[in-house]
Amino acid sequence: MLFNTRHFGEIEINEDKIISFEEGIPGFNNVRKFVILDTYTTNDNRYDNMNNQNNSVSPFKWLQCVDEPMLAFAIVNPFLLKPDYDIELSNEVIEQLGIKNEEDVAVYAIVVVPEDISKMTMNLKAPLIINLKSKKGMQTILDTEKYSVRHYIMDEKAGQEVKANACADKKKGSVNCNR
Amino acid sequence: MLVLTRKKDQSIVIGDNIEISILEIVGDQVRIGIDAPKNVAIHRKEIYLEIQEENRKAAESNTISQAALNEILKGKNKDS
Repeated sequence: MLFNTRHFGEIEINEDKIISFEEGIPGFNNVRKFVILDTYTTNDNRYDNMNNQNNSVSPFKWLQCVDEPMLAFAIVNPFLLKPDYDIELSNEVIEQLGIKNEEDVAVYAIVVVPEDISKMTMNLKAPLIINLKSKKGMQTILDTEKYSVRHYIMDEKAGQEVKANACADKKKGSVNCNR
Repeated sequence: MLVLTRKKDQSIVIGDNIEISILEIVGDQVRIGIDAPKNVAIHRKEIYLEIQEENRKAAESNTISQAALNEILKGKNKDS
């Protein structure tokens, strides 16, 4: 199906790629359907749904809303930037998303990009949990004081470069690199 | 707003399936137990508001180009 996106104009997306957030996302409770759009390090602002092998997948992706074309969140696999990130999913989350296998789960942190890009933050307190099998997702709030809604990516990034590169080059980065 | 006074170990029932119990009162802190169906989301209000606010800010992160994002990562890689 063809639909409009905030960053790439009109693109073709398979309907089986649509992830439903049945509770919406805090602050945007009336939107339900999203797709994850990969971005490529060599392509600026052009969506490449041919998965061109010459382009390596960026660790940053867009969570694009299907219901509301102008709504898109920059997201990142938090484990790439903070390898010791440690989360425990509550039974409620596991049940609600119908999670059967750990391998089916993708975790993303929503990124805030301010004017000064070096002050970019990610929200580790409330990660997005997505069951890739059931195509259900939610933003869960972790019951821990360890993480905040604003982790400076530049700080987390220091000293992690080797791992980030290794993972960014893998094709299915998000899941493979979680551990 | 309905205001009720409760003591320790007393509770309030909301509808058929939500129960809020006062577990402990120490100084100005109250420990509250909540029994509710799994589909009822329960959050500490200030944290929920903070997350709403972060999400709204994230949704405005539009002017940034993907290349710039990637440069940040690359640049940092070289530095560190």
